[in-house]
Amino acid sequence: MTQVMLAVGTKKGLFLGWSTDRDTWEWEGPHHSMAAVAAVAIDTRRSPVRLIVGGRNEHWGPAVFTSDDRGRTWAEEPGGSMVFPAEAGADVEQIWQLQPGPATRPDEVWAGVEPSALFRSEDGGRSFALVQSLWDHPHRPDWRPGAGGQCLHTVLPHPTSPSRVMVAMSTGGVYVTEDAGANWNPSNRGVPIPFLPDQEAEYGQCVHKVVRDTEDPELLMLQNHGGVYRSEDGGATWQEAVEGLPAVFGFGLTRTPGPDGAFFLFPLSADMSRFPVDGRAGVYRSVDGGRAWSDSSTGLPDSGFHTIVLRDALTTDAADPAGVYLGTRSGEVWGSSDGGTSWNQLVSHLPDVLCVRAAVLP
Amino acid sequence: MTVRVTLELPSVLADVAGGRRTLAVEMDRPEPTVADLFDLVAGVHPQLVRRLRTESGQLRRHVNVYTDGADVRGADGTATVLGPNAVVLVLPSVAGG
Repeated sequence: MTQVMLAVGTKKGLFLGWSTDRDTWEWEGPHHSMAAVAAVAIDTRRSPVRLIVGGRNEHWGPAVFTSDDRGRTWAEEPGGSMVFPAEAGADVEQIWQLQPGPATRPDEVWAGVEPSALFRSEDGGRSFALVQSLWDHPHRPDWRPGAGGQCLHTVLPHPTSPSRVMVAMSTGGVYVTEDAGANWNPSNRGVPIPFLPDQEAEYGQCVHKVVRDTEDPELLMLQNHGGVYRSEDGGATWQEAVEGLPAVFGFGLTRTPGPDGAFFLFPLSADMSRFPVDGRAGVYRSVDGGRAWSDSSTGLPDSGFHTIVLRDALTTDAADPAGVYLGTRSGEVWGSSDGGTSWNQLVSHLPDVLCVRAAVLP
Repeated sequence: MTVRVTLELPSVLADVAGGRRTLAVEMDRPEPTVADLFDLVAGVHPQLVRRLRTESGQLRRHVNVYTDGADVRGADGTATVLGPNAVVLVLPSVAGG
């Protein structure tokens, strides 16, 4: 196997893990220490591979750092890579998502931030511009902050139709553009809002994460604030997808690539009890597009596990078989090198893990 | 009228200020403010000023700025007027864990 890189964003910097067999790992870091790194992208569309990091220092604010030499050196736009235009009257508080665009657009990178806004880069993530059309959306005054802040945390560019992009925010829900951002429409039909009087409202959902299937781009999985949902029509409608799950609250959600891939979830007990069910580190896998879920936690702690996996701390690589990785708020990273069947602890005693990304390097 | 101002920085910001902790700035305008000082310095050290204030011009929450020993938040914030030979001191507040 070639080298696999793990990028682990924590509350106090970025840690990088390297392995050629996914059993033994070498770790380095922290990079950008004292910056909370909630968003990382490993852009393998480029040569050399580019690391794009979104950090927030409590004193000095948010910043985007890029590295084309696997973390040896870093670049930062002097005036800031991602800033609101003056007329917006807003400040970027935190970068929640960095998402490379489709393979056909190797310079396109998307970013979701707090307060809920979408930015787009045309230079591989060095500089970003506000997507004004979403910022000007008439629904925006109704988008409210969730417990983590008013964030746009998910960006899903369509792999074959670049004019189609889905975003998700908390709260606000899912929005979709079919025309390269000229118009954005809510796309939450079937996803309830348990914390509002009108639970079937068109928008306002507290969506925690959405993941697109790698084989069928119209198949999507959604972890809601209290519920898991699947869509077979690109998000136009959603159906409940909870069979086999011990609980329906949670944050982390991912999908291993390829026709034999699977979706993975890390359920938590409930909104008002945000702990793993019965103190057990339970990962659940669906091999049939979310119709049913089954436990896939061999090797993870069976008891005494009272930490959680945040929304971008459950991820995969593109090796065969795929690797699956999860990071915890207690500073552990666990990995599976057999497609999520069995797990091993890769590192511990890091700061709180906020996000994890993995890539097979050329 | 030229107003000479000294900007003093914590060591952690020296790497975005050309390796210096003290910047001597000459401002050719009457009654210059802290915001004017930041605007001028941003032309030379944009990363430094980005760390001190947000894109909308707000002083970052955990950055404290003193003019001749007085916290500008107790005066007019970044609109605080700088006198001749003013010393502007930037200090990170105690924050975080």
